[in-house]
Amino acid sequence: MNFNDFLTMRHELMLTLLALVVLIIDLNLHNRHKHYIIPITLGLFFVNLLVGFIPEGSNTLFGGMYRTNPLLIMMKNILNIGVFIILLQSVTWLKKEENREKISEYFILLFSTLIGMNFMISSGDFLMFYLGLELATIPVAALAAYTHHQTKSAEAGIKLILSSALSSGILLFGISMIYGSTGSIYFDTITKVYANTPLQLLAFIFFFSGMSFKISLVPFHLWTADVYEGAPINVTSYLSVISKGAAAFILIIVMFTVFSSLAAVYKNILYLIAVLTMTVGNLFAMRQKNMKRFLAFSSIAQAGFILLGILGGNVMGMTSVIYFVLVYIFSNLGAFGVVSAISTVTGKESMDDYDGLYRTNPKLSLLMMLSLFSLAGIPPVAGFFGKFFLFASAASGGYYWLVFIAVLNATISLYYYLLVVKAMFINKNETPLAFFKSDLATRAGLLIAGLGIFFLGFWAKVYEIISSLSYGIMQ
Amino acid sequence: MADYTYTLLIPLIPFFVFLLLGLQGHKMKPFIAGLIGTSGLGIGAILSYATAFRYFVSEHVAGTGYTSIKAFEVTWLHLTDKLTINLGVLIDPISVMMLVVITTVSLMVHIYSIGYMKGDPGFYRFFSFLSLFSFSMLGLVLATNIFQMYIFWELVGVSSFLLIGYYYEKPSAVAASKKAFIVTRFADLGFLIGILMLSFTTGTFDFQTLTNPAGPAIASKGGAVFMGMSLLAWSLILIFVGGAGKSAMFPLHIWLPDAMEGPTPVSALIHAATMVVAGVYLVARLFPVYALGAPDALHVVAWVGGFSSIFAAVIACTQTDIKRILAFSTMSQIGYMMLSLGVSGFGGEEGLGFMASNFHLFTHAMFKALLFLGAGAVIHAVHTNEITGMGGLRKYMPFTHITFLIACITIAGIPPFSAFFSKDEILVAAFHSNKLLFAIEFIVAGLTAFYMFRLYYGIFWGKDRHYHHTPHEAPYVMTVPLMVLAFGSIFAGFLPFHNLVTSDGLPLETHTEWMIAIPSVLIGLLGIIIATVMYKSETAIPDKVAGTLKHLYKWAHRKFYMDEVYLFVTRKIIYRYISEPIAWFDRHIIDGTMNGIAGVTQYTSVAIKEFQSGKLQQYGYVFISGTVILVLIFVYLF
Repeated sequence: MNFNDFLTMRHELMLTLLALVVLIIDLNLHNRHKHYIIPITLGLFFVNLLVGFIPEGSNTLFGGMYRTNPLLIMMKNILNIGVFIILLQSVTWLKKEENREKISEYFILLFSTLIGMNFMISSGDFLMFYLGLELATIPVAALAAYTHHQTKSAEAGIKLILSSALSSGILLFGISMIYGSTGSIYFDTITKVYANTPLQLLAFIFFFSGMSFKISLVPFHLWTADVYEGAPINVTSYLSVISKGAAAFILIIVMFTVFSSLAAVYKNILYLIAVLTMTVGNLFAMRQKNMKRFLAFSSIAQAGFILLGILGGNVMGMTSVIYFVLVYIFSNLGAFGVVSAISTVTGKESMDDYDGLYRTNPKLSLLMMLSLFSLAGIPPVAGFFGKFFLFASAASGGYYWLVFIAVLNATISLYYYLLVVKAMFINKNETPLAFFKSDLATRAGLLIAGLGIFFLGFWAKVYEIISSLSYGIMQ
Repeated sequence: MADYTYTLLIPLIPFFVFLLLGLQGHKMKPFIAGLIGTSGLGIGAILSYATAFRYFVSEHVAGTGYTSIKAFEVTWLHLTDKLTINLGVLIDPISVMMLVVITTVSLMVHIYSIGYMKGDPGFYRFFSFLSLFSFSMLGLVLATNIFQMYIFWELVGVSSFLLIGYYYEKPSAVAASKKAFIVTRFADLGFLIGILMLSFTTGTFDFQTLTNPAGPAIASKGGAVFMGMSLLAWSLILIFVGGAGKSAMFPLHIWLPDAMEGPTPVSALIHAATMVVAGVYLVARLFPVYALGAPDALHVVAWVGGFSSIFAAVIACTQTDIKRILAFSTMSQIGYMMLSLGVSGFGGEEGLGFMASNFHLFTHAMFKALLFLGAGAVIHAVHTNEITGMGGLRKYMPFTHITFLIACITIAGIPPFSAFFSKDEILVAAFHSNKLLFAIEFIVAGLTAFYMFRLYYGIFWGKDRHYHHTPHEAPYVMTVPLMVLAFGSIFAGFLPFHNLVTSDGLPLETHTEWMIAIPSVLIGLLGIIIATVMYKSETAIPDKVAGTLKHLYKWAHRKFYMDEVYLFVTRKIIYRYISEPIAWFDRHIIDGTMNGIAGVTQYTSVAIKEFQSGKLQQYGYVFISGTVILVLIFVYLF
């Protein structure tokens, strides 16, 4: 393996190395000093984040099993940024007494899933894809059960592993039918020979169902509420932001390349699922009182919007999905970050606990408001542009009714996002949560998220870069 | 071509003032903060007047039409190969006119607020919000493309949300600001989809390209036909929905009366002169597309406007809160403007309605801002909004009394005050287009005079009430703006609007049609006379009339139960039949089973048994069913 190949695979290799380093350091540290792992790991991950930005052209390895190009690298970098924010936001929580012994576990498991996602994004065939998928899923289940002395957390882990086993089964079934009918597992070959025979259609549906599970599209979403609520808050934000974002990336790659010949048929299904997902997600989110469940359901609704970009079926569609995920990562991590900061310090997670928060913690409230406005898509914050580009790409495909339903849903979502804003700024409360000062890492994590929300909307360059990279893929 | 790049400063100055006051305002003395806000707007106003003078007079070559000029433009984003999103400044007759209107009224409101908000703990916050609002509104009118307009449109919504909810200790103010925000957001839903449809059918966001009569947008006649109308017509109707939301047209008007909870200067700024006319401006901005590309859409505009104007006028006759009366009056007058646009054609004589609408927008801004500010002075003096708690104030507040009277005469359409001219042009335009619409507007003219004088007599005549302290005239900082606006109300009618602001930029020959002007003045006078008889001194007549027209009165008094209809739809239908069952499912099925599962770690075996009989299976069941249903759909499609 020469240096160029290393550069090609640097995201995966660096992370593997990082996980090993953390493991070794952990073995050599006394229990009292375990918390030193945190700054070391953060520093190393930051290096990894920077190395990820080294420009690099297209390449393939292992006979086409692994491929890379600037767009894929960009996707991985987006995920890296998101993970970095989550790491920063989890510091306070990791330093707690009951987690001290398991700090390294958290990092190792997290990095393992990220490696899986990176492999999935870079996969050139279904074997690599599936390996990546499992690597991305199983450690997450362990993470969900991280605070296993809590019943809910353990339950979340088991539920996640069982239901993802089911989805993997279906997905694998689909892949095997693809192999059976085309004689190949390589994406490039499959694209050429794929026809609309019934078996291949069936294979596609199985594959799509499996992927829908990952992005939690309705009706494959039922696991999310329980798992999100049960898992520790930082794991929840990882699941709902990074996992979902990665799955959306992969789905759009596969839909636009491998299954492009099915476009005419799958669009109807996507249409239906998009409407269902947005609407059901919204209607559920409306009545949630627990902030974690609230964000979980609202993230289901957000996932529905992603399908609009896929339906657009052109460069703009692809660009808009990637841009949306990027913005979504910042907005959701802003919101989750605030919930996490509050829950770690005070243990409160209910919306009623947020009454009058503005009076005692104005900065947190303002960031929360910014994030929620971004999630709701109010100009000029980034979330608006994310949604607007998705709408525009669907409209360019002529799906005006779908856009109508989507905009309607976005407006409904504004209603429940405003409920939280109202609680923080307006509702009267004699005893609001007391003022607290978060530590440096948490504040840094929140600050990055806030800056992202604010500036991504104005910085058009980002969209144009993604657009030019997508253009290369779509040709 | 003249250089207008400096016009960029007109919106930017308030923006910087907003940043300054927002970030540093709490450290300033209140008066300094007010002064900074006011002088920022003052500079903007001077620049606007200079621009207007240059555009209409000094730089204009006699005998040619007014063209639209892009003073400044940058490409912000390449959305697709040919579709770009730009930010810039567009100078043309209507945007220049709006610059003058917005900066004038905003400046007056700033000055007035120094007196009105005196002693308020959030003084600097108020001025920073005012600046933010002015920035958004100026950005909106200067937009070179519809996308930029949408962004500023939403910013206007956000900043008005902040201003209406300014008294956030008051629950009603908070509810009102939320209502205004959500209702207009629902309307914007139409706007956004309209923009998307318009841009993808025409391939551009740019106003100059869109409104060029020979351009692709109009020449294509809207392309594919969908449900009896072209896509272009549909997109324009959807855009109008957005405009109707901001301009409080029926049935999206329900937020306007409640929005009166905000501070009164805010009502003068937002609900008289600027934000509420944004919808009119929007239609006027796209007017060539409406008139030439999709006349169907224009009919919708006309009828919505006509209906709103009479609907609101009837309600205004029965209200007792002075700000609500003014709110309904605004809605009614904006209905006039919409109707006038709706009956207009493009170019030459046909374009009379377009000219009249903008003319009325201009005069209305003056007299309605005056009315609101006058009402603010009155409320300031007697500490109530209810007309029943006022009376005999003409002795105590001479300046307010005179200026208010001027505004009332103006709105009633009595010559030579300004609204006579603008209203007359509207009536002429309506008369030549549709007799029924003309009849409606004719009646509304009478009703307007009636309810305005009912208000006037209620406040300034009749018996003294028991006041907490003797009402006193407002300070000069409040009465001077009143006088300036009164001056505008009287003389704005003599501006040669028909030469300046026309649909095609060319001067328009107008002549007073006495057959319409005389009856319209007469019905205005009739309204005044009836109001005088009924309300000048307290008599039993009003009650008798209300008694005779019991049902109509009651319906109108309750605003035709529109709020109740909305409540019914949202509470009863959406909440009960959609959201509640889902919540029930969530609570009982999902949470219920969730609660039933306990002790996984300690009792793994038990827990596994629970899983076996419980929920995960159900999840799997749903998962598999989902897949099967997808397969079935595919089979069906295949």
